[in-house]
Amino acid sequence: MSLFDYTLKELQDKLHKKEITVSDLVSESYNRIQEVDGQVKAFLTLNEDAAKAKAKELDQQQESSNSILFGVPLGLKDNLVTKGLRTTCASQFLSNFDDPLYNATVVQKLQDENTVTIGKLNMDEFAMGSSNENSSYFTTRNPWNTDYVPGGSSGGSAAAVAAKEVFFSLGSDTGGSIRQPAAFCGVVGLKPTYGLVSRFGLVAFASSLDQIGPLTRTVEDNAHLLQAIVGHDQMDSTSANVEIPNYTDALSEDVKGLKIAVPSEYLQEGVAPEVKEAVLRALKVYESLGATWEEVSLPHSKYAVAAYYLLSSSEASANLARFDGVRYGVRSEKAENMLDMFKLSRSEGFGDEVKRRIMLGTFALSSGYYDAYYKKAQKVRTLIKNDFDKVFEDYDVIVGPTTPTPAFKVGEKIDDPLTMYANDILTIPVNLAGVPGMSIPCGFSSEGLPIGLQLIGKHFDESTLYRAAYAFEKATDHHKKQPALGGDR
Amino acid sequence: MSEISKEQVKHVAHLARLAITEEEVEKMTKQLGDIIEYAELLNDLDTENVEPTTHVLNLKNVMRKDNPREWINKEDALNNAPDKKDGQFRVPSILE
Amino acid sequence: MNFETIIGLEVHVELKTNSKIFSPSDNHFGAEPNSNVNPIDLGYPGVLPVLNEEAVNFAMKAAMALNCEIATDTKFDRKNYFYPDNPKAYQISQFDQPIGEHGSIEIEVEGKKKTIGITRLHLEEDAGKLTHSNDGYSLVDYNRQGTPLIEIVSEPDLRSPAEAYAYLEKLKNIIQYTGVSDCKMEEGSLRCDANISLRPIGQEEFGVKAELKNLNSFSFVQKGLEFEEVRQQKVLLSGGEILQETRRYDEQTKETILMRVKEGSDDYRYFPEPDLVPLYIDEAWKERIRSEIPELPDVRKERYISELDLPAYDAMVLTSTKEMSDFFEATIAQGADVKQASNWLMGEVSAYMNKQQKELEDLALTSDGLAKMIKLIEDGTISSKIAKKVFAELVEKGGDPEKIVKDKGLVQISDEGQLKEIITAILDQNEQSIVDYKNGKDRALGFLVGQVMKQTKGQANPPMVNKIIIEEMEKR
Repeated sequence: MSLFDYTLKELQDKLHKKEITVSDLVSESYNRIQEVDGQVKAFLTLNEDAAKAKAKELDQQQESSNSILFGVPLGLKDNLVTKGLRTTCASQFLSNFDDPLYNATVVQKLQDENTVTIGKLNMDEFAMGSSNENSSYFTTRNPWNTDYVPGGSSGGSAAAVAAKEVFFSLGSDTGGSIRQPAAFCGVVGLKPTYGLVSRFGLVAFASSLDQIGPLTRTVEDNAHLLQAIVGHDQMDSTSANVEIPNYTDALSEDVKGLKIAVPSEYLQEGVAPEVKEAVLRALKVYESLGATWEEVSLPHSKYAVAAYYLLSSSEASANLARFDGVRYGVRSEKAENMLDMFKLSRSEGFGDEVKRRIMLGTFALSSGYYDAYYKKAQKVRTLIKNDFDKVFEDYDVIVGPTTPTPAFKVGEKIDDPLTMYANDILTIPVNLAGVPGMSIPCGFSSEGLPIGLQLIGKHFDESTLYRAAYAFEKATDHHKKQPALGGDR
Repeated sequence: MSEISKEQVKHVAHLARLAITEEEVEKMTKQLGDIIEYAELLNDLDTENVEPTTHVLNLKNVMRKDNPREWINKEDALNNAPDKKDGQFRVPSILE
Repeated sequence: MNFETIIGLEVHVELKTNSKIFSPSDNHFGAEPNSNVNPIDLGYPGVLPVLNEEAVNFAMKAAMALNCEIATDTKFDRKNYFYPDNPKAYQISQFDQPIGEHGSIEIEVEGKKKTIGITRLHLEEDAGKLTHSNDGYSLVDYNRQGTPLIEIVSEPDLRSPAEAYAYLEKLKNIIQYTGVSDCKMEEGSLRCDANISLRPIGQEEFGVKAELKNLNSFSFVQKGLEFEEVRQQKVLLSGGEILQETRRYDEQTKETILMRVKEGSDDYRYFPEPDLVPLYIDEAWKERIRSEIPELPDVRKERYISELDLPAYDAMVLTSTKEMSDFFEATIAQGADVKQASNWLMGEVSAYMNKQQKELEDLALTSDGLAKMIKLIEDGTISSKIAKKVFAELVEKGGDPEKIVKDKGLVQISDEGQLKEIITAILDQNEQSIVDYKNGKDRALGFLVGQVMKQTKGQANPPMVNKIIIEEMEKR
């Protein structure tokens, strides 16, 4: 039994009763990391001294806290900027970026809640990838079977939660980077509505698609964590100024009468039979709870991947141009003139996938191709967004698989970018439309790997996602199954 | 339209300030060509009368007041500089 | 073959907001290197821009003063290029929806008025500053990064370097009046690039143009263009071809020097800035800004002519800078005679500024001081001649003219008895002059007046001296 098997509410209760201390929680994290991270390889950087000092400090002031996150150990995807703590985006270019000088808004918010940062989590370099194999340091492994990938790009964030190295984590999702690893690792991951969570301090991949979101082991804790990081931020012009509901209020509601739409495109060929079956079983569960479902069409789904790669790569080509070797990061030692400084520093600092996407994006924006590729993709984005708007006129939530297959093996797809990209076919449209999407565990493959159920909601209607997810979680046992790691075996 | 030449790949690499070897040019020409060919799929759609989407939310006029604010310590600006001199960032000149 | 010169100018003007356009850093010139910077200005990973409302207001104000139509829907775009002074490797600028378009200003060259079109005015961020040294390295200071900048592009309507000069003077004048910029070329708050091409007279199509950079004053713009005009003409007449080049003006050799030949156009890969949302400028916003624009130089000039009865030339000189014009208005507002105030500003004050190479604001002289001094002349306390002595003091050290007059004993001698005494003595010593005068030699009178002024150190009241000398001579 790990302290991390409790819910947040239970933990706070124990802290209040002084049955446990924050130091116990923090030690739980580091002990577990010691025990299993050799296998899982989720962490790029540990914050052990500072975390333990913070724990001690919190233990001395414990009585006055009323935050449900008080003293809870968390991990941060390494593209969230942390003052005084190395931030690499899993890139060699930033291997020496030991103090980024400021905190991301979400990091500051969580520090204000007195959480404890355990360390920075591995990812695909600059969040470009679906397997974690694009980390320039090492590949994080799937805690359920370390021959398999944890998914990506927030692979470290999902694996660390699944392996109970941290209580929860934050990831970022541009085309499925929270939901896909959550599905692969059997945890709960939410990509909020675009604009709900401030992007300030999230190292940008594709600015119009990126969102930060929580990864947890339960739906309830996910709602608590989201509550702590949402809200309008004056430092992010794209941050929405909307009224924030109390997300945990939605958890008590049932799903009677909930109208579920199931896009036929999400259950077509390419989706593994056992994934399809798990989704259909989940729909039966919803039926039994009083919800109804119907098949609908999101007719432009098949164009989403192409539009996404053009748009995200174009934005990325500009967003990653600042890594030029002048103000931070690693400058090539071979650079003897200005042009070489740019070219060599970037070529030595970036991995293949990052270069590929920068090249694609630069091409799509270049003179003579802009209209045919970038602008065309922006127009297709409009069509995809319209598809969702139309379905949401008649339905409360869209349900389908998070990924076409469960986790694949390390090395299986790395040499074929297009096949790798196709893995995100079910998550990408959600980012293009800017709507919220969530992955929750809904079963296991014959090989014992988790399968994720994707719930997609209307803009700013995370509450309905939590309501539907919570009802499903209560009615099933999938989330209770644990991966066997280290001494667990 | 879907073809991309090696010369184009080299030009794009220069625009993106990436040094690539001949071998990488070969590989990149193939891979980019494949991706671009795949993207041709979008041409199946008639988007003549469709507005492009840059922002999914309809936000407008997000601005701040003209008030200066201190943020970082002045001394810290050069903390992460790979090379610096006299309070300035140092870079190799344009020509060697 | 005779050629026609075609010139278009691109002018960048820094806006003097309190903070930068996309970050809350202080926006002022002359700080220690890299002291007015934060992670946004340094292009740190994860930072985002937030638009300064005042920068938009200032840009609108300038655009309106230049008779531009103001966009209702506008937005920002990323302009991508690598350079060490450009920390994000993209500049946030405006591509296809500039804040102002279709403007114009009127210039006057050799008495001929002409309207010059303004294609567009857009808002963007300034870059940092790169200083090249000769040890193989360059140094980067990001203080200037993020200063709000407007780029004003003229139509190719200018037909001579002199017109270009007049356009720049007028543009600077108008923008200074709006108060959105100091337009100081020496501090870089106004910068100019010029495009120039030649075409045979009668030809419709434009010739190939050269772009001139590194033009550090308006007169260098004119000189650079004049050199370029001759150079291009020589090339064309010798059957040569003008290449699309970027050239810089060398102040020492007074020549333009080739920097690089442009191959095709630069590929900046503009695309809409996803980190900033669009701007919607409604009529109410436009009206509010329009109402804040002060009286502009042309209107003011007309008013000086029609209401203050000043000659057109005086009105033009006085309104040529906002400082001068404001100083003039303040001076007459304190009761100084209009013509006197105008004469002093155009005469002694301007001469002093030219000689000392100083701006009006840098002088110790205040409008209050000048007005008081003029009033002392008007009420006869001092003569115009004495006033020059008072002015010399005022312009160097400031102070109260009455006190200066008193402390230095410069009060005019208007006492008839006292003057008569002095004059009698002088007449006694200059019998010949009286004879000459009586023989019709007017010069003799002037000589005698001069003697009186010399003896009184210029303090004698000149009209009285004149009158008494004549009276006294008549008596003899």
